[in-house]
Amino acid sequence: MNPLKMIKLTINDRSVEVAEGTTILEAAAQAGINIPTLCHHPELRKEGSCRVCVVEVEGARSLVASCVHPVMEGMVVRTNTDRVRWTRKNIIELLVAAHDRDCLTCDRNNNCELQRLAQDYGVREVRFPAAVRHDPPDCSSESIIRDTNKCILCGRCIRVCKDIQGVSALGLAFRGSRTKVGPAFNRGLANVACTNCGQCVAVCPVGALKERSAIDDVWKALNDKAKHVVVQVAPAVRAALGEEFGMREGSLVTGKMVAALRRLGFDRVFDTQFAADVTIMEEGHELLHRLENGGPLPLITSCSPGWIKYCEHFYPQLLANVSSCKSPQQIFGALVKTYYAENQGLDPKSIFSVSVMPCTAKKFEAARPEMARDGVRDVDAVLTTRELARMIREAGLDLPSLPEEEFDLPMGMSTGAGAIFGVTGGVMEAALRTVVETVTGKELRHIEFEAVRGFNGVKEATVAVGDRILRAAVVHGLANAGELLGRFCRGEVSYDFIEIMACPGGCIAGGGQPRSCSKETLQMRANALYREDLGKKVRKSHENPAVQEVYQKFLGKPLSEKSHHLLHTSYEKRSDL
Amino acid sequence: MSERDEIRRKELDEVIEHYRGQEGGLIPVLQKAQEIYGYLPEVVQERIARGLNVPLSDVYGVATFYSLFSLKPVGDYKIGICMGTACYVKGAADIVDRVGSELGIKVNETTADGRFTLEVTRCIGACGLAPVLTVNKDVYGRLIPDEIPGILSKYKDM
Ligand code: SF4
Ligand code: SF4
Ligand code: SF4
Ligand code: FES
Repeated sequence: MNPLKMIKLTINDRSVEVAEGTTILEAAAQAGINIPTLCHHPELRKEGSCRVCVVEVEGARSLVASCVHPVMEGMVVRTNTDRVRWTRKNIIELLVAAHDRDCLTCDRNNNCELQRLAQDYGVREVRFPAAVRHDPPDCSSESIIRDTNKCILCGRCIRVCKDIQGVSALGLAFRGSRTKVGPAFNRGLANVACTNCGQCVAVCPVGALKERSAIDDVWKALNDKAKHVVVQVAPAVRAALGEEFGMREGSLVTGKMVAALRRLGFDRVFDTQFAADVTIMEEGHELLHRLENGGPLPLITSCSPGWIKYCEHFYPQLLANVSSCKSPQQIFGALVKTYYAENQGLDPKSIFSVSVMPCTAKKFEAARPEMARDGVRDVDAVLTTRELARMIREAGLDLPSLPEEEFDLPMGMSTGAGAIFGVTGGVMEAALRTVVETVTGKELRHIEFEAVRGFNGVKEATVAVGDRILRAAVVHGLANAGELLGRFCRGEVSYDFIEIMACPGGCIAGGGQPRSCSKETLQMRANALYREDLGKKVRKSHENPAVQEVYQKFLGKPLSEKSHHLLHTSYEKRSDL
Repeated sequence: MSERDEIRRKELDEVIEHYRGQEGGLIPVLQKAQEIYGYLPEVVQERIARGLNVPLSDVYGVATFYSLFSLKPVGDYKIGICMGTACYVKGAADIVDRVGSELGIKVNETTADGRFTLEVTRCIGACGLAPVLTVNKDVYGRLIPDEIPGILSKYKDM
């Protein structure tokens, strides 16, 4: 690679030197100068449509959109002139005029990019006639609610859905003042090929996209004396929840989170990581079984419900390759309503099973008809990380100042392998730790599989499993998944085992996590989970004593009839449109 | 599927086949599809999306962006009633009501037999003739509601 050519320019009379190809927006950020943006998102294709980021460039007749405009040698940029401020304020005012601005009752109150801009630019009156839409919200989806009356047409959701997820459920329709973002024919999200991944929710700057909240159901259950309310928490939640309370990114708040859940009134606070360990037992043995019995290979992981739905819509021919294991959330739920209920002498119907997930697709998964027996659902309510934060605030708790507490036993006991499920590559690594030891009968000397870590879109590794070489691949982000599967279907590549996570980065970047846009944040969340792994006494799923006990006392062995009945599931082909 | 449907389906598939894999093929395919069907039904847009391997949201986006595309069936005769100020003042609303009740449709709807579509338009610049009604290229002016049945009957058995 050639060394980058450096460009000198001045921004607000300060000289700045940046690499060629940098945009004015990025150069300004490097110089500590803040330029407002709306349609721009650092992880998405640049579009330059909202023009709120305009700046003055000497010699240019009109203002330029700094998020798309590259720097040039000797350029003289001003970001803070009267003309710039006036233009930006007008743009914001126009957006506000067309906006259903009931901030007080809006999901994004105090956490909204439009609200913040209106505040920063001192919008105190709206001189333009109100042009607010009055469309009914799209409540068709189990996971996501869309309110087009709050949409500012920034197009971020369209780009994430198309470019990062390869789904294109959302698009722009009509033109002029009738322009609208949504699925074709105004169909509800539930009636198109949407994976419920929630990446659109994560990038929306305003309250136009949000999760379907389960908070009311959970409060109701918590206040119902007749209900035994059990909660499980996914790994990625503890690596991000602190951000909602102003803690440093990457803070690992496991103990404080447990304390908060107890104070909210949950009868038992358990860990999804326990179920992740069970998943590894089942999926690991499924892999071995397939390797010995001629496939079908590759085996593809099934923990990510966004990926499952993607496969059902776009790659139904590969459904037989997908592990029949339920996801950890559902495995946990099934065990709570059977194993745990039996143990405690509880009627399964009196148990209300709540999960806290970094994910919106988990809401859809929990509601799938096959995830219940005799009307007893595995999981009764799914909260996102953001919703848990809201409940903690509602209860008047201050997370940072809570003490560190431990999960309840037995289903709160987990290994480091379970912890890393929350980051791309983690399921693969956890599975390898168990599969290799199971096959060789020898203890692994080095249990970190670095090749499957990190944020590269596609990671490949070959691993010796006894006398066999296992070809593994790890992908995250559904567009990456689609690309890899396309190559596999054309016979260009072959693997034995593939891990697929719908969200780019894995669950730490799930659609239910605190909204954050930077790769750095993701890296810090990932580091937090690897720290949790390192801090565990037991780091391999098959060595989890509580998991060993569940097999001894209840399930028998992995892939037993009971396991199949409770912990495995099936999939269905769905429309590709 | 009726024989007519089958012929149109075949024609559409040929168009799709012709443009498959071509950059910018979507707009010409939609144009041809509209010629074949008279408008762009949902199933046709779905067939185009699958055939060209383009997301349905993109097909729908283009179909709704350009005014030359119609998402609803358009009758053989398009009735336009001017709602400009002059026509409105001279009772255009009554004309709309009468046409609607004679045909049993509302504004922007098409009769079940596919013969008439009822629309209201902005000022067409014939204010001296207000209120004005057009049927395709024919213009009728200084109307009173009772003249409507006579006008419609001219097109009913053509
Ligand atoms: S989206 Fe933002 S500006 Fe709009 S109502 Fe909600 S908080 Fe207010
Ligand atoms: S949930 Fe995912 S698949 Fe569905 S519209 Fe949003 S980004 Fe697209
Ligand atoms: S829904 Fe949100 S992300 Fe999508 S265009 Fe509207 S404001 Fe932007
Ligand atoms: S942020 Fe630059 S044009 Fe929208």
